[in-house]
Amino acid sequence: MIAIVDYGVGNLFSLTASFRAIGAEVCVTSDAEALRAADKIILPGVGAFEDAAKKFRASGLSDVICEEAKNGKPLLGICLGMQLLFEKSFEYGEHKGLGLIPGNVRPIADVIPKDLKIPHIGWNALQMNGEKSPIFKYINEGDCVYFVHSFYAADCDGYVTTCAEYGVPLTASVAKGNVYGCQFHPEKSGEVGLSILRAFVEMEV
Amino acid sequence: MITKRIIPCLDVRDGRVVKGVNFKGLADVSSPIELAKYYSENGADELVFYDITASAEGRRLFTDILTETAKSVFIPLTVGGGINTTDDFDRVLKCGADKVSVNSGAIRNPNLIYEAAKLYGDQCVVLSADVKRVDGEFRVFAKGGREDTGMEAISWIKKCVDLGAGEVVVNSIDTDGVKGGFDLPMLEAVCNAVNVPVIASGGAGGINDFITLFNTLPRVDAGLAASIFHFGEVAISDLKNEMKRNGIPTRI
Repeated sequence: MIAIVDYGVGNLFSLTASFRAIGAEVCVTSDAEALRAADKIILPGVGAFEDAAKKFRASGLSDVICEEAKNGKPLLGICLGMQLLFEKSFEYGEHKGLGLIPGNVRPIADVIPKDLKIPHIGWNALQMNGEKSPIFKYINEGDCVYFVHSFYAADCDGYVTTCAEYGVPLTASVAKGNVYGCQFHPEKSGEVGLSILRAFVEMEV
Repeated sequence: MITKRIIPCLDVRDGRVVKGVNFKGLADVSSPIELAKYYSENGADELVFYDITASAEGRRLFTDILTETAKSVFIPLTVGGGINTTDDFDRVLKCGADKVSVNSGAIRNPNLIYEAAKLYGDQCVVLSADVKRVDGEFRVFAKGGREDTGMEAISWIKKCVDLGAGEVVVNSIDTDGVKGGFDLPMLEAVCNAVNVPVIASGGAGGINDFITLFNTLPRVDAGLAASIFHFGEVAISDLKNEMKRNGIPTRI
């Protein structure tokens, strides 16, 4: 069973539908026991970091997720859910994340050329970094996925598994042991996105 | 590099696609669910559903259809038509829409954009503007292009972006239906005024019109069309192969 964490942020419709489409058993839950019982956990998220981090802590689920991740359970953070995995975010201030992956979340505006638009929105190609991460088993260098974000994961060089070129290479995905993160939306990235989720579902625990 | 998006637009009335489409292998030409699936499997980068229903019953049908579509279409889905309040945003987002486009509702109440962007984020709010040349200036039209609002279009679009619109669809009434190409001067004026994605709409007659659009105005992010896709005059796969051959960043 794949558990999608519901902590009151964002729309989980497409994410749930995409797991169903690949035939995975999935539940949307805010129950600590259900998260402990699940084989794998998805941490979603959209919106602002500070608001999401607050809601996540208030839900009491952040401790459970950190525990489960530390026990080796596969965890996949998506979009803002990926950003929450890091130590800190500098989105309008300075906010603490889960610290499961070393690194910080910083504004794209600081690094991209001034003539590029913000957010980084649309389909962009993935560039693999080093050994292929198991979640990309079914996809290839140059496959396009759908992004919508104004902040990106920085200071995490050793954990970047793919980048997307937007004037500069932006972190598109990360991994540290059993903890994975995608900045892009696999649930909105057509067949390529679904095959990333499929690879995550199929991964041996 | 971000690829240029190709977006088919489906007009839906009372749960059916207006102007049914006769694609090979498509059982029900006026089923929005079938058509959306067809497009998403054949290279569309995003879909726009436009609800032109007049009745409350039709609107309920539309949300049912939207839910069914969103269950099997895994590319971004934008919904427009009859969006007047943040409750309308809520209604379609819960059915699986990723973005919501506002037009007449924002003209009546520009604050709708601000309120919706605050609740759902800028990326969720798409301004759709119907624009026509009147007395030597670009003018915003309301009610599906039937009513001149008297407002100058470029400043209107800029104002909406300042309020929180994350993308702008520019429909040129002057070139719409003419099939003589997109309205490049109008689009250029919009691109120069805002720093959010601009989606060109109105005037596409063939593949070359998209090539000209993206080559002439590299700041345009997407091309939207309806009939040329629906009537099979342009296959999205052919269009995208040709874009790629012309050096335009394209998702194949």
